[in-house]
Amino acid sequence: MLYDFPVISLKQDKIVDVIKHLRDHAETKFQFLTTLCGIHYAEVNQIAVMYQLHNMVSNQRVRLKIYLPVENPVVQSLTSVFPGANWMERETYDFYGVKFEGHPNLKRILNVDEMIIFPLRKEYPLEDQVRVDKNDSMFGR
Amino acid sequence: MSTVADNINVGQKPEGLEGTGFFATRLEQVVGLARKNSIWPLPFATSCCGIEFMATMGAHYDLARFGSERLSFSPRQADLLMVMGTIAKKMGPVLKQVYEQMAEPRWVLSVGACASSGGIFDTYSVLQGIDRIIPVDVYVPGCPPRPEQIIDGVMKIQALVESESLRRRDSKEYKAMLNTYGIE
Repeated sequence: MLYDFPVISLKQDKIVDVIKHLRDHAETKFQFLTTLCGIHYAEVNQIAVMYQLHNMVSNQRVRLKIYLPVENPVVQSLTSVFPGANWMERETYDFYGVKFEGHPNLKRILNVDEMIIFPLRKEYPLEDQVRVDKNDSMFGR
Repeated sequence: MSTVADNINVGQKPEGLEGTGFFATRLEQVVGLARKNSIWPLPFATSCCGIEFMATMGAHYDLARFGSERLSFSPRQADLLMVMGTIAKKMGPVLKQVYEQMAEPRWVLSVGACASSGGIFDTYSVLQGIDRIIPVDVYVPGCPPRPEQIIDGVMKIQALVESESLRRRDSKEYKAMLNTYGIE
């Protein structure tokens, strides 16, 4: 089984309204934002933002995905709907460079402030390039 | 003074002139002897090597045998910085500040592959060896090293401490070396 619960891909412009509706509607009641994170699809030059919601009453889950261009990934912040999105959006910005409009404090959270790259994008090599004295065969290069 | 028990080692007195009622030797050797047997380590432990270090402090391996009784997590009066574990790049400035707050003379022991070279974490977030930000005196290999290896490293530091010239820290070479790290 590839997916164990519904995965819905949708256009990015209404994502906040959709999630707000899923949260507030009496029949869906997805009131818990489990996860929010980025995914880089290097082959199609897109960055996806994935939202995972949980209905704690019926124990149902749903996953929503939106796709943004790598050059300028901008999306509305979800912090007005789920305050818990604050930390996760900062992390997604830190590692993928997704800009969340309306986020109260969108700056790096885990990496050093001086970092100029977004390290979990697939356009960067996995190894740190600063060392030249390591034996490459030990690192699968 | 009663007789010394068999299982106690007494530090060897340095070379010097000896006669009835007097003993003369070089100040450097006496200071070296005192420093060597009263090292005050500052443990900076972040991961698995830190756990091995806890074993080294415990009763079985007993780091206190070396006069290293006072392990304190403060740079105040500490003279041996023991770095054990992975140092992330974000942690780098913290480690450097701790080192700068220690008074001279100070020594640094780098324990394990991560502290010495970044270890297996050859990645964007991990400092590839603490010698990129502070000078290191002794490196302990291993991932993680056994307590015996950490003790071996401490004893290597002791050998350095014992034989260090009192003027070394004032030398041009030492200051130039610190300058390469951007430390005054």
